[in-house]
This record gives sequence, C-alpha cells and structure tokens, in this order.
Amino acid sequence: MSGDLRLQGVTKRFGAFVAVDDIDLTIPQGSFFALLGPSGCGKTTTLRMIAGLEEPTSGIVHLGDLDITHLRPYKRPVNTVFQNYALFPHLDIFENVAFGLRRRGVKDITSAVNEALELVELPHLARRKPVQLSGGQQQRIALARAIVNRPQVLLLDEPLGALDLKLRRQMQVELKRIQTEVGITFVHVTHDQEEAMTMADTVAVMNQGAIEQLGAPIDLYESPRTTFVANFLGQSNLVSVNRKGAEDGVVVADCQGQLLHVPTDRVTTDEPAFLAGVRPEKIHLAEPGADPAGMSAAGSNRLAGGRIVDVSFSGVSTQYLVRMPWDQELMVFAQNLGVGQRFPAGGAVDLVWQREHTFGLVGDRVAGVA
Amino acid sequence: MSLHALRRWLGANALRVYAVIAFAYIFLPVAYVTVFSFNDGGKSNIVWRGFTLDNWSDPCGAPEVCTALGNSLKIGIISTVLATVLGTMIAFALTRHRFRGRTVTNLLIFLPMATPEVVLAAALLTLFLNLGVPRGFWTIVIAHVMFSISFVVVAVKARIATLDPRLEQAAMDLYATEVETFRRVTLPLVAPGIVGAALLAFSLSFDDFIITNFNSGAVNTFPKFVYVSAARGIPAQAYVIGAAMFFIAMIIVAVGEVLRARRVPRG
Amino acid sequence: MVHVPVPTSDHPPSPTAGSSTVAATAPRGRRLTPYALLTPGMLWLAVFFGLPLVFVFLTSLYVPAPSGLAGEYVPAMRWANYSDTFVEYLPQFGRSFLYAGIATVLGFLIAYPLAYAIAFKSGRWRNLLLILVVAPFFTSFLLRTMAWRQILADEGLVVPLLKTLHVLPEGMALTASPIAVVAGLTYNFLPFMTLPLYASIERIDPRLLEAGADLYGTAFTVLRKVTLPLSLPGIVSGTLLTFIPAAGDYVNAQLLGNRNTTVVGQVIDSRFFRVVDYPAASALSFILMATILVLVLFYIRRAGTEELV
Repeated sequence: MSGDLRLQGVTKRFGAFVAVDDIDLTIPQGSFFALLGPSGCGKTTTLRMIAGLEEPTSGIVHLGDLDITHLRPYKRPVNTVFQNYALFPHLDIFENVAFGLRRRGVKDITSAVNEALELVELPHLARRKPVQLSGGQQQRIALARAIVNRPQVLLLDEPLGALDLKLRRQMQVELKRIQTEVGITFVHVTHDQEEAMTMADTVAVMNQGAIEQLGAPIDLYESPRTTFVANFLGQSNLVSVNRKGAEDGVVVADCQGQLLHVPTDRVTTDEPAFLAGVRPEKIHLAEPGADPAGMSAAGSNRLAGGRIVDVSFSGVSTQYLVRMPWDQELMVFAQNLGVGQRFPAGGAVDLVWQREHTFGLVGDRVAGVA
Repeated sequence: MSLHALRRWLGANALRVYAVIAFAYIFLPVAYVTVFSFNDGGKSNIVWRGFTLDNWSDPCGAPEVCTALGNSLKIGIISTVLATVLGTMIAFALTRHRFRGRTVTNLLIFLPMATPEVVLAAALLTLFLNLGVPRGFWTIVIAHVMFSISFVVVAVKARIATLDPRLEQAAMDLYATEVETFRRVTLPLVAPGIVGAALLAFSLSFDDFIITNFNSGAVNTFPKFVYVSAARGIPAQAYVIGAAMFFIAMIIVAVGEVLRARRVPRG
Repeated sequence: MVHVPVPTSDHPPSPTAGSSTVAATAPRGRRLTPYALLTPGMLWLAVFFGLPLVFVFLTSLYVPAPSGLAGEYVPAMRWANYSDTFVEYLPQFGRSFLYAGIATVLGFLIAYPLAYAIAFKSGRWRNLLLILVVAPFFTSFLLRTMAWRQILADEGLVVPLLKTLHVLPEGMALTASPIAVVAGLTYNFLPFMTLPLYASIERIDPRLLEAGADLYGTAFTVLRKVTLPLSLPGIVSGTLLTFIPAAGDYVNAQLLGNRNTTVVGQVIDSRFFRVVDYPAASALSFILMATILVLVLFYIRRAGTEELV
C-alpha cells in the first residue's frame, strides 16, 4: 500500500526533441512535492509519465516496489487533476466523482462520493452538470473525483492556473489542508514559484528537461546552485567576479576592484571566474563609506560607488535600482519599517550585506548578466 | 410615419428587410407545394381548382406514389445505417489513429464530394454494365451508400474534433480501459454528431435523383416518380408527400432543439 | 521536430498533430485497429467509386461491335472518342459551365447579404434562421423545381407581375427558357453557398469591423477592404460547393428549359438510355469530371486557401 515514487534515468523524446532528459527523482510517500519550471521545461511530460498517459523513451518509474513504467493508466494507483479539469460534460457531478469508483466496481459508492464532496465543501452540487459550475467549483470537483479513489499518488497539473488571484490563494491553502488531512502523496506541477514555495515540502526546479535543483523551498531560495534557479525563484543580483584566494571558510573574489567574501560552501564551482550573487532584500543601502543604519560592517560585503537611478515605493517595501560604476544595475528591496533613511533618486550609495547571504554560481549565458 | 423617418428606418434595417425578402424567396416553392397539396387538381396538379382535403386523407390515391415512397424509405433506412456505420468508423480512424496512406485515404473520401452527380451516376452504371450486374433495388442502395459515406465522415470528424482528448485521458486515469472509455465517454459525446450525420445521409438518399435514375433499372423511388410524372402531370398526392416531408422534418428539428435546450439548463 | 520555444501550454509538440497521445503509446494489438476501422468503408469507396472511374475511362475508348448491332461495343483504344464527343457536344459543355457560372455568381450575390444578416443581425434567432435556410431541402428537390416551373409559368405569379411592371416584354415566357434554368440552379444550390459563407463571416471578430469603420468611414469600403477579404475561405468553399454540382446538374435544364438549353448531363443520360452509345457517354463524363477538376485546381491556387473541408 505504501511506497515512495521513484524515477530513474527517465527520458522522453518526441522525434529529435528531448522533452525530459534523464531525470532521477525520489518523491517520499505522503509528501507534498512540487515540480516547478517555465513553460516547455518538461514538467507536465514528467507528470504524464507518472500517470501513464505518456510512456518514457527510456528509464524506470517505481511506485514502492511496483514497476509501473509501462503500465496502462487505468492499472496504476495514480490519479490526476487536469489543468482544464476535464470533467465529463455529459455526466452530472455525482457521476463524475463516482466514475473511478464505478470502473473499479466499488460497492458503496454513495457514501464515498458524499465524503469526497464534503471534503471539498460542495455536497449541494451533486446533481448539477459541470457546465453550471464556476471555475473554482469545477476545480474542486476535479480534485474530489481524483481523491475519492484514494490513490497512492495524486498528480496535479497546474490546477490553479485558470483561477483569479484571490481564489488561487484560497485554493492553495485548501489543497495543503486536504493533503495533510488525507496523507496522500501530492505531486504538483506549476510555473508559479510562489505557489510552489508556499505549498510544497520539496520543490524540484526543472529547466529544458532536466532538474536544476531539488530541495526544500527555503534551501532553494537562500542557496541557489545555478543561475537559472537564482533567477527563477525570486530575484537575484549577480556580478562577475574573479577568484583571488581563500581565507578560512571563505573565498575571496575581486569584483571590479572591490573585494567580496563568499563562504566556501556556498560556492558551487571551482572556476577562477564565477558569479557572486545576493538577493535584493538582503542588501542595505549606506551613505558612501559609512555603515548602513542598524547594521555593523563586520562580516559584511560592500560594493561602493553606486548611484540610485530609480525609486519605487510599493507600500510594503521600496525598490531601488542602483547603477554601479561598471554600468550594471543592481536591485535593492528595503522593507518599509517606518524608520531609517530614505534614499533619494540620483544619490550616491554603497551596498552592504552579510557575507553568509552571498552565493557563488557558475557563470553562463543564461544568467542574463551584463 | 413620415417619409424621412421611413427612409432612416430602412437605412438602419436594410439588411433585416433584405433577409425577410430572401427568406420569402427561399420558401416560395415550399409554400407553393403546400398550397397545391390541397388542390382539387386530380391527376394533373397545375391549375388551382379548389380546396380539398381528399389528397391528404388518401395520399396513396395516385398509382405508384406509395410504391415509390415505400422504396425511397426502405432504401433510405438501409443506406443510412450502412453509410453511418462505415463513415463513423473511418472518421474515428482518421482522427484517433496514425496509419500509412493517409493521403490516398483522404483523396478517396473527398473526391466523391467534388465529383458531379452525373459522373458518379455514369461511372457506377458503367461498372454494372461491364460486370453484367442487373440494376434494381440493391444497386440503388449501393450507390446511395457510396456517396453518403464521405458526408458522414466529414460530419462525424467535425464532431470528434470538438472532443477534448483530455476527457478520454481523464477516463483512463480513472480506471476505464480503452473499451470502457469509448463506451462511456467518447461515444456519448460524439453521438450527436453521428445522429446528425445519419440524418444527413438519409436526406441525401431520400432526395437523390440523378444517381438513382441511372442505377435503378425499373425500381421506382419518389424523386424518380416525380420526374417521370413531370411530363404528363404530377398528381396532387405527390405534393402531399412533399409537404408532409417538410413538416415532419421541421418537427424533428424542433424536437431536437427543445431537447438540446432542456439538457443544458441556464444557470 | 524543432524545439518550439515557450509554447503556451506545457504540452510538447507531438509528431502526430491531432491524434491523442494515448494512442501513441498503445500496446501492439491496437496498431491494427485503424486498418480494421478503415477497411470496410474504404473498400466500398474503392469498389463503387474508384473502380467505376476506371471503367468509365476504359469504356470511353470502346468502339462499336463489328457485328453492327446497335448498343454493342467492344474493348478498344479509340482516343478519337474524346475529340469526337467534345467537338460534337461543345455547345452543351459551354451551356453547362455558363449556367453554372451565372448561377454561382447570382447565388453569391443573394447569399452573402443573407449570411451576413444571420451572422451579425439575428441575435438569438440565429440557429433557427440557419435551419430555415436549409429547410426547403426537406421537400423533394424535384417538387421544388416543378414548383418553380408553375410559379414562372405564364399563368403563375411572377410573369404577370413582371409584365405589369414592364420589366418583361409582352409575348415572352419565362418557363422553358435559359433564364428559368439559371433561376432554378441558383435557387436549388443556395444553401450550399449560404452556409459556408455564414461559417466564414461568423468567425470575423466584430471588433475588426468596428476598427474598419473607424478607419475607412463608409460601410461600403469596410465591406470591400475588411469583410470580404476576411470571409474569403467561405467564399471559396461556397462557390466551389455551388459550381461543381451545378455544372453537372441536368434536372433544372430538363424541367425548366427547352430543346435549345440542353446541357451535358442530358446528353450523357440520353446516351445511356435512349441512343445507346456507352463510349460517348463515358467520354463525356470523363471530360466533364476532368474539366471541373482542372477549373477547381486553378481556382484554389488563385484563391490561395488550403482548408476547404
């Protein structure tokens, strides 16, 4: 009954196009797992291979001890919530939810269906037709239709994509609640990084058919290991640096004549030239040469000589765009604490941040860095 | 209404006025047929002689009318069933499967629709002549099935195209085998298209003249009967059948519309 | 397959556009299914459509039997049959295409405004109106045509009216005339013109028309520069679906025409059933079909649309 979902060396080719490129993945039983990536990265194809709607060109898919790689979808204890819900238009809601149960010959359908409808809080819609329901309601029925079969794994293919923002936020909380209550493994495919990070225990970031990085949301965010992850989750400032030497536990690198210190275990490459990165919200603005308000200079990195070219106030924070002497523009998010300095546009500033917030990545063209 | 106001109203509603006139033109012959079905015209229904219900109460009164009608109905039903089954199978093969020889298949299906009836008729007759096949009831059926298949394929294909393939994937995801998926999801959703195709095939068969004329031998069908009677005078009973066909068809359409509206309640 | 950058959905380009990917991963047994589905119907078409065309071609080359018996022909390869029949029946060919051509143009003129009205001015009556366009087809084609014969007769409705309006000169009849034949053709094939036109016009985004009105001013220019070009696929389908059957029709000519309005179809009919001359009939059929195909190909190439069905 139990089992982790394991993909080993799974590849999917369509003619010459490689949609999924040799991925290895273990999804622990009972976890909420997210496959995150931009359109065309292969996340939906991967999902479909787990569901059985696509067959891998090579590789193996295991559910516990069962090799499901070549099993037909109707033989797998896996159910899917489709992107456009795919509710059967000619059946009413009750029959939609009961569909899987009927095919499996389950005896007591009525109570199971009612239980599922209660779970998604829509028991009063049992006799309506899908076309009469709103998008949010259809989405919940699609979920009920899948969950009622108590699969070992529930696959969700961008289920919240068609909903408006407020409803989406609501459903994110709902889905998390249901997953905790029911205890089934959820595999959630999405291109919305915020959604993945708020809902999932583990996130795999996919790009061009391969997994760039896998881990807990906070690890992916604070310690990105590729420029793609650094730019896809939140925003990053990336500057080109040259390795100068090492001190204890720290790599010293030269950035346009200024020295930066990056903790050795946060540098993912041995190359002499690499990219040093820091998140905008970690940076403090300071008067040139001075310490930033409320922060000591010890154990910090400083990039001097910046000039503010844009200030955007958005309530929660103020976003500064700072042009450095080498013509690169860096972003700084300053939380709106009500106190502290406000820096005007055109003013000169230094950028200061804690060393342990820095990360070092392989420099490549995808970084989008000047 | 002043002349100026009338001119303005016309300008804004020119198209609607035109549409009314166009529909009047379209229905003129139908109205004529209906009106003259009540004519006390006897054998030669050309001049209006007086109103009578006799024709409607005794539609088989004129010789051969009901034989011809009966043949048309029988041929219609048989050829519709055959053409619908064969055409639907082809439509599914075309839209749901990969196979070799798609170009030839498409050509063979769509060419009959682009060929004038008289050529289809002559060609089929030539086949029968060369093979020594006598023309009669079954050669008519063969001909009707032949030209209906293409239309059925097009109609069913169009309906299948509206079917979201993810519905079938969802069904398989929910433990339905291929056969069960077809039975419980695909077929119910494609059914309206198949019914429409069948109705189309029936009307094509029932109203066919040229191809039937060439390949029927001595067997009479309703259109053939009308054509042959055209010289000496079409009996009023034929008009009764024509008018009746129209009203029955309109009723079927009305029922279909009501059923469709009922199945999708607004709300 | 080329790597498609950033498709809108995350579904990768499948090499078999339009077919369900589930079929692509089907087990071995299912690979026979398409052939099983196709064979009965395709066989029927091959035997009763393809094969007959072969026979028509062969028969068109036959010569009269040496026995001299009327109606007896023997296999041969007389290519001259084609030139003979073509020259002899050139007038009928000409009339077939002329009548069909005029009927197509008239049909277009009548149907376009009607299709436009149904597409944009009909509101919730739209479905009903579409059905009404086709409704006359529920009566017999022959009865409709016969009705026109009565309507256009001297004692009918139209002729006296036109004579009073002095549109029609005294002493002229409409029945048994080319005018009646063309009128019949136009009427009988009107739905074939109206429905494709409607389908195409209906797809035009009304905001484009508004933009056109904004730019061009007069309604006529909008029609010319926006509506007509956008409805071109429908115009091509409609004209083809009208012209092709009309060129082969002979019922209208038979019922509404006279001895001087005979068309190819009538000749073919008579050569099969009255004067038994199978080679001539076959040759004429073949020429008719070939000519139509060539005209259609030219037309399609000029009009530039690929999807017709």
